[in-house]
Amino acid sequence: MSNEAVLHAHAATGHAEHHEHHHHHESFITKYIFSQDHKMISKQFLVTGIVWAILGGLMSVLFRLQLGYPNETFPILEDILGKWAKGGKIQPEFYYALVTMHGTVLVFFVLTAGLSGTFSNLLIPLQCGARDMASPFLNMLSYWFFFISSIIMLSSFFIETGAASGGWTSYPPLSAIGDFSEGSKAGMDCWLISMALFIVSALLGGLNYIATVLNMRTKGLSMTKLPLTIWAFFFTAVLGVLSFPVLLSGAILLLFDRHLGTSFYLSDIFVSKTQTALPNEGGSAILYQHLFWFLGHPEVYIILLPAMGMASEIISTNSRKPIFGYMAMVGSLFAICILAFLVWAHHMFVTGLNPFLGAFFVLLTLLIAVPSAIKVFNWLTTLWKGNIRFTPAMLFAIGFVSLFISGGLTGIYLGNSALDYQLHDTYFVVAHFHIVMGVASMFGMFAGIYHWYPKMFGRHLNHTLGYIHFWVTICGAYLIFWPMHYQGLAGAPRRYYDISNWHFLKGFDGLNQFISTVALIVFATQLLFVFNYFFSMYKGRRLTTKNPWGSTTLEWTTPINPGHGNWPGEIPEVHRWAYDYSKDGRDFIPQTEPIGAEESHH
Amino acid sequence: MSGFFVLATILLIYLVIFQIAKASEYVGVLKGEEVMRKQSNRINGFLLISFLVLGLIGVWYCNDLYAHKTLFAQGSASVEGERVDTMFMWTLGVTGVVFFITQILLFWFAFKYQEKDGQKAVHFAHSNKLELIWTAIPAIAMTGLVIIGLRNWFHFTKEAPADSVVVEITGKQFNWIYRYPGKDKTLGKTYFKEISDKNNNPLGQVWSDQANNDDVIESSEMHIPVGIPCKLIINSRDVVHDVGLNHFRMKMDAVPGIPTTLWFTPKYTTKQMRERLNDPEFVYEISCDQMCGPGHFSMRGVIVVDEPTEYKIWLATRKPNYWTAFPEKDPTKQPPATADTTAKKTADVKVEADTKIAKK
Repeated sequence: MSNEAVLHAHAATGHAEHHEHHHHHESFITKYIFSQDHKMISKQFLVTGIVWAILGGLMSVLFRLQLGYPNETFPILEDILGKWAKGGKIQPEFYYALVTMHGTVLVFFVLTAGLSGTFSNLLIPLQCGARDMASPFLNMLSYWFFFISSIIMLSSFFIETGAASGGWTSYPPLSAIGDFSEGSKAGMDCWLISMALFIVSALLGGLNYIATVLNMRTKGLSMTKLPLTIWAFFFTAVLGVLSFPVLLSGAILLLFDRHLGTSFYLSDIFVSKTQTALPNEGGSAILYQHLFWFLGHPEVYIILLPAMGMASEIISTNSRKPIFGYMAMVGSLFAICILAFLVWAHHMFVTGLNPFLGAFFVLLTLLIAVPSAIKVFNWLTTLWKGNIRFTPAMLFAIGFVSLFISGGLTGIYLGNSALDYQLHDTYFVVAHFHIVMGVASMFGMFAGIYHWYPKMFGRHLNHTLGYIHFWVTICGAYLIFWPMHYQGLAGAPRRYYDISNWHFLKGFDGLNQFISTVALIVFATQLLFVFNYFFSMYKGRRLTTKNPWGSTTLEWTTPINPGHGNWPGEIPEVHRWAYDYSKDGRDFIPQTEPIGAEESHH
Repeated sequence: MSGFFVLATILLIYLVIFQIAKASEYVGVLKGEEVMRKQSNRINGFLLISFLVLGLIGVWYCNDLYAHKTLFAQGSASVEGERVDTMFMWTLGVTGVVFFITQILLFWFAFKYQEKDGQKAVHFAHSNKLELIWTAIPAIAMTGLVIIGLRNWFHFTKEAPADSVVVEITGKQFNWIYRYPGKDKTLGKTYFKEISDKNNNPLGQVWSDQANNDDVIESSEMHIPVGIPCKLIINSRDVVHDVGLNHFRMKMDAVPGIPTTLWFTPKYTTKQMRERLNDPEFVYEISCDQMCGPGHFSMRGVIVVDEPTEYKIWLATRKPNYWTAFPEKDPTKQPPATADTTAKKTADVKVEADTKIAKK
């Protein structure tokens, strides 16, 4: 009842606001910079995410150069990077800074802010039938906290002692004491402060998403009628809100240990460089790992769930079929969301964790395979007997499923502690998480961009470039990461700058060179996408209809270029679920259409 | 100059791709969206099925190239590690079946049900039976893997056998220090504030503890006997390291302030491994598997697995670190008549060991 009242009141004010827009001209600053329109904020997140993706990708290209061509020198690098690439060769300190930043940037800035920030912002109000987020102002703050956090992280590269270099997990004591590594000096402070601000941004965004989904759905749109995208964004936000604060506490305690002489993580430490024993006693380095992975593991799903949601939506739309097992899909999202909180210690099987405790983490970790399998089989069944259109978005969604299978299956090896005893921190892990979390989620993100670009800009992306982008990227992804499993099975540890003096790693030079070359090509292809993105903003084919994909959901009932407030008149009312495709002889039935008297039940 | 040419070529490639893309867009406008969509649909459908076929060939080819370079090809060098290998094969079997079935279905369905004139999608929204089946099957498979896994896990993590050889291994940036209890079979107490490289006390041995007097410290390589369980007590002096024993299929972090343990039974001596692998340069290497600073990649340790007699001799000929720290206490440095003590000791141990083996 009260919800209805809120909705109506909101609709009314939204309507009034909309009229105001016709009379008041927005300034450049309120429209493009300090915008409170969720659509503009989503574009800000996306563009910032793209910039970070280019930088993060470039970092990987640089360290892949070192790994693939350890004996070559690239004088041009010295011209650009100075002492970090002395003699045209990337130095170990810089190599580790690159590895650390690549991880941090891709995980947090691209695949959390860039993915969830973009699409939760864009789609939650549009697909829920709301004029904007529950709090547009907090939404704006969320972006600007992210922006400041970005600037701080970026600036750490220009510090004399370099950026943080203890790995994206930044385990103390390495990250706590400057004498252990150049990157643990001022660069580490930047990293921690930047992460703290990023967490604030994630919390502001997450609370907003939850509030909007729960309170601001349009009339008739019950939770069970929501598209799976919204369910995915909702669970993502819940995960973030409940786990990010734990990382914040971890980061703050680390700052205390660094500067205030506390001993949360420090004990029994002798610094060889200065030949002194530190006074700290009684702390536990493992405590940080618990705090980190209590976010760190849900974070994986924060990255993955939006991709799953968007892939579901895109596969269903382009197969012209309802998503198979809607309730099972929601249920498995829920199950993954709950389990995500109960498996963090599988990153810590070899830390000396109590084996009895470890056993539960094994059980719960492998349990995740069940909801994941349900999702995969449901996607496959959605394709079965469809009438499939291969838009670039659809191809990326299919690619997502393929990568999710490939990367998900290797998780079964790593989650089983006895096998992790062998495989922990080898290239097998690198291959696993890059495929399942990195590339798969990137594919989800690309699918989302190709699919909803017309809604963002009223124009299409160039499809031919899209196809080239897809095919090179999926081939490249497999060529890069598939053979890495074998390197891992040969025992190659992660984060090795140079493997030449290891006897047991002999014989992989050719492979490393191959991987690096493919990585370069894939990176170059992503630039093609970036070009397509910005070029099509101005020159892309204009939309001729409101609903280019023949989709049922609400966002396609708005005008081609919706203003602030999204719908010019009343917000449409919803009468059915989001997946009435190919029903009763009709290609699709929009959610806004009342259920006919003679309609069959699904 | 060559850099310039490379750049020019890359730009040219970009330009060509861009022109093709633009042209195809114009063609699309002329032909109409519908026709264009059908055309690209056919091409992409064909590419998807080709990707599947080439991908499967690629999987085989990659395996052909690299399977023999993995550690599994040479078998586990520890008795416990054999369980890892068996478990790996079981997991590979289960995941392999799922992998091939799902990937083939995915690309096959995509190809088969691509948009065609006259084809209608089927409105098939759910089926409790199907969903139940593919909830139950993975659940059962996972239960099996969990059972295998946990049995191994509890075996690996149980208390090391009582007759184990004990070695303490301590990580520091960027090498390993090994300590052996002497005759008393007890490692003496250490305290990190006692550490001093200058005073030859790299592990902070507390000299008031007599048990330290015969402890041997080594930093070049770790020796252990073949066929006898070996228990490692793992420490760190500075940051978190990790003792990676790839050939033995084991791994354990070295955490400052929190000692961890690991045990395994070596199956082959270093010499036997050299013969087995036909590789005269083979050594067991300890890799640091936890990011520990800029020299992480160079933190290499070497394990030499000896025959038990060789091991005893080796250990007996080591000098306790106590003597290094306090040279005045070193009996070998006392001037008269003791020059051949070590040799004598060696002989004694050899005799002792030989009789032991004879008894067996």
